[in-house]
Amino acid sequence: MQFITPLLPAYPELFLLAMACVILVVDLFVSDEHRVVTYALTQIALAGALATTFLTSTAEPAYTFSGMFVDDLMSDVLKLLVYIAVMVLLVYSRAYIAARAMFRGEFFVLALFATLGMMVMISANHLLTLYLGLELLALSLYSMVALQRDSAVATEAAMKYFVLGALASGMLLYGMSMLYGATGTLEITRLAEIIAGLGAKDVVLVFALVFVVAGLGFKLGAVPFHMWVPDVYHGAPTAVTVFIGSAPKLAAFAFIMRLLAQGLGAEQLVEEWQRMLIVMAVASLAIGNVTAIAQTNLKRMLAYSTIGHMGFLLLGILSGNLVGYSAGMFYVVVYVLMNLGAFGMIMLLSRGGFEAEDLEDFKGLGARNPWYAFVMLLLMFSMAGVPPTVGFYAKLIVLQAVINAGYVWLAVVAVLFSLIGAFYYARLVKLMYFDAPADTAPIAPRGDVHVLMSANGLAMLLFGILPEPLMALCIRSIQASL
Amino acid sequence: MLLGFPLLSLAIWIPILAGVLVLATGPDRNAPAARLIALAGSVLGFVVTLPLYARFDPLASGFQFEELAPWIESFNVNYHLGIDGVSLLLILLNSFTTVLVVLAGWEVIRTRIAQYLAAFLFLSGFMNGVFSALDALLFYVFFEATLIPMFIIIGVWGGPNRVYAAVKFFLYTLMGSLLLLVALIYLYNVSDGSFSLLDYYQLPLPLTAQILIFIAFFMSFAVKVPMWPLHTWLPDAHVEAPTGGSVVLAAIMLKLGAYGFIRLSLPIVPDASHALAGVVIALSLIAVVYIGLVALVQADMKKLIAYSSISHMGFVTLGIFIFNAHGMEGAVIQMISHGFISGALFLCVGVLYDRVHSRMIADYGGVVNTMPVFAALFMLFAMANSGLPGTSGFVGEFMVIVGAVKVNFWYAAAAATTLVFGAAYTLWMYKRVIFGAVANRHVAALSDLGAREFLVLGLLALAVLVMGVWPNPFAEVLHASVNDLLNHVTQSKLP
Repeated sequence: MQFITPLLPAYPELFLLAMACVILVVDLFVSDEHRVVTYALTQIALAGALATTFLTSTAEPAYTFSGMFVDDLMSDVLKLLVYIAVMVLLVYSRAYIAARAMFRGEFFVLALFATLGMMVMISANHLLTLYLGLELLALSLYSMVALQRDSAVATEAAMKYFVLGALASGMLLYGMSMLYGATGTLEITRLAEIIAGLGAKDVVLVFALVFVVAGLGFKLGAVPFHMWVPDVYHGAPTAVTVFIGSAPKLAAFAFIMRLLAQGLGAEQLVEEWQRMLIVMAVASLAIGNVTAIAQTNLKRMLAYSTIGHMGFLLLGILSGNLVGYSAGMFYVVVYVLMNLGAFGMIMLLSRGGFEAEDLEDFKGLGARNPWYAFVMLLLMFSMAGVPPTVGFYAKLIVLQAVINAGYVWLAVVAVLFSLIGAFYYARLVKLMYFDAPADTAPIAPRGDVHVLMSANGLAMLLFGILPEPLMALCIRSIQASL
Repeated sequence: MLLGFPLLSLAIWIPILAGVLVLATGPDRNAPAARLIALAGSVLGFVVTLPLYARFDPLASGFQFEELAPWIESFNVNYHLGIDGVSLLLILLNSFTTVLVVLAGWEVIRTRIAQYLAAFLFLSGFMNGVFSALDALLFYVFFEATLIPMFIIIGVWGGPNRVYAAVKFFLYTLMGSLLLLVALIYLYNVSDGSFSLLDYYQLPLPLTAQILIFIAFFMSFAVKVPMWPLHTWLPDAHVEAPTGGSVVLAAIMLKLGAYGFIRLSLPIVPDASHALAGVVIALSLIAVVYIGLVALVQADMKKLIAYSSISHMGFVTLGIFIFNAHGMEGAVIQMISHGFISGALFLCVGVLYDRVHSRMIADYGGVVNTMPVFAALFMLFAMANSGLPGTSGFVGEFMVIVGAVKVNFWYAAAAATTLVFGAAYTLWMYKRVIFGAVANRHVAALSDLGAREFLVLGLLALAVLVMGVWPNPFAEVLHASVNDLLNHVTQSKLP
């Protein structure tokens, strides 16, 4: 057993990898009626990974694979949230994918591999590890988007996603190669030391930074690299959209932390990427929020709203200090919670052959089913940032970080655009409560979906009334890890 | 014996808990239970505010009944409550009005009753929170939270054009309050990480910062008051809201803005308040005179009362920004009195609307012939709205005018025109609706007030008369608080 112990920090990843392979094999022997076995095994795998991460968690960062892989508090917290998000979204998706002939082994195995990719990204301490995780995640997602083979929209979305994603990966790699050229290392902690030692501004480094930030922008879906977001969100089956829109954002946040805050966090570079992020953040807030108003399709609206939310996330990160990073982490966690609920609700209202993805489909939900309307109301007001929902605190601490960093004008801009954002969230509430129902089909989800969806909505309120634990957790994990 | 008892928390959370219970009754077939729980909750909520008045020390300066507990420790946010005389009266008014609103909606609202009643109970709790918060973030959270129930109230139970009105209301008020949020975060940063209003009161600030903060505060509070020219959401919201919504909107929500000026703007940025007082006074006088004239030409009763509200709230902001004891006390008294009177007038219109389903003045005439009791009560409220001595409407306006004379005679002269215009639009409306020959068969078929309606209007009539004849119980709790406030305003905070 002696030789395995050094791998302790990577136990969750190894466990999930093994389970994914087991499920791949087991699924071959499961007939379509018993496909639920695969589903159950997937949930068990995720729960097992959750337990492993929890048990192997340490306060101090632990390195393995010759320093290519790190297990610190931030990675533990983010990974736990990734498992929870994936488990929840699988519960939400179950009926939806079953009605669309996607309740197959591939879906679950791809989901597990995507999760593994996210975990590797979150724990990467090396540019290659980072890239490896990113590609594993991205390739799994491309295939998940295309899983509905007969759907022309989904295929188009997958194609678009793949081409633009590959382009972004290329840029990122190019930037990384320049970083290697300038510093002679790919290990993130070493990179930071060497850059700090360089002192003066290096043109190659700034050049590399441009490519890296562009690559990041693509992955986050920040303006001007956002073109894929609405089409992919819209075209992909909703079960996949919720996947793309939730857990990977946590991984993307870790990615930014590792690369920008840890690797390129030297003072002379911070002000460079700060300037780039300001442009991206303001443009994302503007285009995301304004364009969302014109949408009639809820999935597209949420896609544009995602762009706006990513702008807010960037605002937190660009403060360039621990306060800002913790704010960013809190924001992304809250965002994932809200997104899960909102897309989960679309799937809940959909049924075989019918997608409840137009705004019109939510008409009169308040009369059809007051409880789900209330849950959706909480989610929407949380997205808009109205207290006492948790979305308000997410916006609050980001604004506080921005003002703390001396950008009062940015805070004012952000606030004005979130006012515009409030309009289209309020419009959905208006449709649910003020209009008469167009559809009278009964809404009868499975028991587990009902419980989780209710918990998801109430979490908006609960964390809104008592935001302290979650906030303290984010602050602590950032402080312990950066 | 009750010392140390968290009375303020009770005043906030009893209505909210009652609201949750009411929601739990579910569909409309359980309406009787929902009504009873709502009534019990609102009455209990009112009863717990009474010891606040009884135990309030009118001579002490500073805040009383303070409660302090950590809330969000990472950001040094505290659950910090406390009241002075101004908040005390507003809390009493709010809790009292909630009882009336629950009663007023008893039979009139027929769909989604539980949700309707719960929305009002939540609203009541949130507003008590605004009036007692001493932590800036807590204040903001309650201030904003009031938006959600009101948005729903107008949008679900409102009139034909309710959606437009609800969205307009929501966006207007959200716009203002988001700037308030930026200003509060700025203060948090310059005060080295404190959200306590009491810390902000001592915080030195340069004039430019003060003026920017004042403008951010102003955008938020002026929209709520509402002050000309940010008032355009109010007539729409009032006209479309159900009667209960209008009552709460006029009686209490508008006071949130004026209260914000008193609690935040004046003590935190006194120099900017002085520098910009001229502008605020000018806007207030425009509201008093111009909006008074606008009210004169309204054909819709609710719209007329809405404009009358804006005009009367002009008095409140005028009184606050002339910076003397008469003006300030007058402003608070005017707020309370306007709460009673405007609430009563909206209820009167509601009584007619429930029977005839029209708010148009032209659809009425000769109502006195069929509803004599109603006509008598309506007369009292109309007179009070015109500022007749002996009613509560007179006291506040008179004090503000006295205060204004001390500062500038012409302020007072312009403000005093309201006594003419106010009487003109109110009494002219009253004459056209109540007197004359019976206008049509709808009016002929009217039945007089039921017991429930009589109880609601009777309580309000009593309040209006008591406050008009014997304002001392209301005024005496204000002296010390108003002195505190004026002390804050006169001390420059420039570094």
